[in-house]
Amino acid sequence: MQLKLEPRGFQSKFWSYASPVLAIALTIATMAVIFLVLGKDPVISLYTFLIEPLVAENGATELLVKASPLILMGVGISLAYRANVWDIGAEGEFTIGALFGGGIGLAFPDLPFSLLFPLMLIAGMIGGMLWAMLVALLRTQFNANEILTSLMLTYIAQLILIYMVTGPWRDPQGFGFPQTAMFSANATNPTIIEGTRLHLGIFFALAAAAAGWLLLTRSLLGFQLRVQGFAPRAARFAGFKETRLVWTALALTGGLAGIAGTLEVSGPIGQLTPQISPGYGYTAIIVAFLGRLHPIGVVFAALLLGLSYLGGEAAQIELALPSAVTGIFQGVLLFYLLGCDTLILYRLRLRSSRPAALRA
Amino acid sequence: MTDTPLLKLTGIVKQFPGCLANDHVDLTVMPGEIHALLGENGAGKSTLVKIIYGVLRPDEGEILWQGEAVSIANPNHARKLGIGMVFQHFSLFEALTVAENIALGLSDPKDREGLRERIVEISTNYGLPLDPDRAVHDLSVGERQRIEIVRCLLQSPKLLIMDEPTSVLTPQEVEKLFETLRRLASEGCSILYISHKLEEIRALCEKATIMRLGRVVAHCDPRESSAKQLAELMIGMELKPPSAMRAGAVDGPPRLEVSRLTLVSDDQFGTSLREISFSVRGGEILGIGGIAGNGQTELMDALSGEVYSGKPQTILIDGVPAGHMGPSQRRTIGASFVPEERNGHGAVSAMTLSENAFLSGHIRHSLARLGLIDHGKTTEFAQEVIRVFDVRTVGPKAEARALSGGNLQKFVIGREVLQKPKVLVVSQPTWGVDAGAAAAIHQAIIELANEGAAVVLISQDLDEIFTLCDNIAVIAGGRLSAPKAVSATSVSEIGILMGGISDPVGDSHAA
Repeated sequence: MQLKLEPRGFQSKFWSYASPVLAIALTIATMAVIFLVLGKDPVISLYTFLIEPLVAENGATELLVKASPLILMGVGISLAYRANVWDIGAEGEFTIGALFGGGIGLAFPDLPFSLLFPLMLIAGMIGGMLWAMLVALLRTQFNANEILTSLMLTYIAQLILIYMVTGPWRDPQGFGFPQTAMFSANATNPTIIEGTRLHLGIFFALAAAAAGWLLLTRSLLGFQLRVQGFAPRAARFAGFKETRLVWTALALTGGLAGIAGTLEVSGPIGQLTPQISPGYGYTAIIVAFLGRLHPIGVVFAALLLGLSYLGGEAAQIELALPSAVTGIFQGVLLFYLLGCDTLILYRLRLRSSRPAALRA
Repeated sequence: MTDTPLLKLTGIVKQFPGCLANDHVDLTVMPGEIHALLGENGAGKSTLVKIIYGVLRPDEGEILWQGEAVSIANPNHARKLGIGMVFQHFSLFEALTVAENIALGLSDPKDREGLRERIVEISTNYGLPLDPDRAVHDLSVGERQRIEIVRCLLQSPKLLIMDEPTSVLTPQEVEKLFETLRRLASEGCSILYISHKLEEIRALCEKATIMRLGRVVAHCDPRESSAKQLAELMIGMELKPPSAMRAGAVDGPPRLEVSRLTLVSDDQFGTSLREISFSVRGGEILGIGGIAGNGQTELMDALSGEVYSGKPQTILIDGVPAGHMGPSQRRTIGASFVPEERNGHGAVSAMTLSENAFLSGHIRHSLARLGLIDHGKTTEFAQEVIRVFDVRTVGPKAEARALSGGNLQKFVIGREVLQKPKVLVVSQPTWGVDAGAAAAIHQAIIELANEGAAVVLISQDLDEIFTLCDNIAVIAGGRLSAPKAVSATSVSEIGILMGGISDPVGDSHAA
């Protein structure tokens, strides 16, 4: 007997929704095994990793703090991926957005909040867009693969950030630490619940998800992006211009990532440092896939992946495990998700290992 | 001849997901026989020959080769048994020469010695002229097919399977091919000839097995049956003549004028268009015949605006210069298009019929407002197309890929026709479509022309052109012959044009 994959000949609706659920279940089971191998009680470890962060004080708001940038970037990435624009450089766009938005905050600390904060967000959005549009330029003018260029630009963005915070923008009163001065009160992303770190980001994230949903299901632009992704020739037949769609998709991803970057540094972090993101831009790719490239699905996926950050911190403190647990969880999840997605197009069949029966 | 069949299949069953491709099929081929396998697209012919050639395994059934039960594991095994196959789509490397391509297909390196000489020998013996040193990309489709045939003949096959071999040939080339096949049969090689072209089968084959929906429905001698009888066996119903007839003389104003359209193809192996000029009046159907790959795709792209056609004056749609316009603008001024390929070009398989109705219909039907899709109006439009064109489907929410080829094509044609275009350009409207759908599509095209639209019909099916069109032109090597009235020309004259002016690359002086 052997297992055999058989093409279904159509996409299974059931499995396109069931696949993430199965992948999450398999991931949790695998994490239990990993904890066991590391010599920890798997039940306690899983509790610490997945449940405790939620029931802890401020657990829910902390989860939203982590989920906000993931939602913002996940929505943008979903829209771009729908059009077969594989931007994996949200991390870099996030970084440049943080530099642009943060730069305005540092340059004009005394402007009133109602003027300064919107300016910072706009600057952040423009920064992220510009960074993503470099990718669009390279793809539309030189046919350069956006997967490579967007990834490479992420490293450049990181180096620019390090240069700025160790050089021109370093805080003179900072004892030589590679960081800028703290943002002024007017340049700070306000918290919305006293005593927590929950900031305006969650509103932007939910608004982006709602707008993304509207765009994808109701608008001509969303339709164009989807046709471009499904069948580029049909898009051309309909008169949709591919280059324009590539620019638009990247501008959307970059703009949202730039806003996320600005909100993050002006909120929970409060200054520019070399470590402004624990890999949100990469995690957002998993969020997009897990959320089925759908803005509403992205919200739920971002909550789970956000939890993996909190769980990683808890596991570090209480189980003395390295924070790499977060990365392992995310990697295992993506692995299973891609595997389970096979079931959307294929079904598993048990088969006798003999070739097809031929009556002799 | 002996009494032992060369090949005998009994009770072959092959199940694909959602489709029983072969349902207890029996087939017997005697040595030296030219045997036709006849059926519409989707009848299961290709599946059956792929089983014989070892590409697919049957789920059930028995294969006897020269009286002995065999299980054909793969094409290599089939070739060892003496089965050769010429596929409908060739597998040739364009950048390599004829001899290199043939050498690549040989499993045993020893066979490569003296290959060139043997190619020349076989090709002259069987009237298949081939220069082993020419690069494939310079060759016509007919010549490419000869490579595939010579490749098979090198193995001295006992059975040669030909899958729709004439769809890429001119009528004259078809005649030559038939001579070769008859010669082979007289030498004892059996031929299994797959086609849906009835006249060819009546001219060539001495036996026929007719398939419909995966089953064998009849065995007969095609020479003793009329084409009408064969067709009715094939589609399982009586054929009715088209009910709509052409309105009388064409005297409308010119609605589509193309002058000196020249386009260099981006594709290394594409065909550049050279100085194409023609004009179509309202109420006229102009047929553009030609062998596949002679510039039809490029011409379609240029007319639809998917590729810009240079100066605005190159293309006039209803008098408006449109050469610089994209597809959307051309639709705005009254044009509509049906490309050759339904899946992924004229329609998006993964989207619903509603969404596919929106794809090209949103401009002339104003289905979007302020950048938002009007779902209600879109669904209504899709429903109208489904109703008027009798598209068999569960409704506008069905995905395009769930429809059969014929039904999807009816939907695509209906979507364009119901936009009431002044100019309609259609390419291969009935390719891979069942006879019932083809008749409905032809009728829609005729009615549209009768209402005063100018129609351009690009087709490789000469019968279709001769039945529907007022005038006919032939595209060959990227050039278009001067249009002629259908009544003033003949199939053989068109055949000569189809092969005649196709010339080698670089000859730009011939007119």
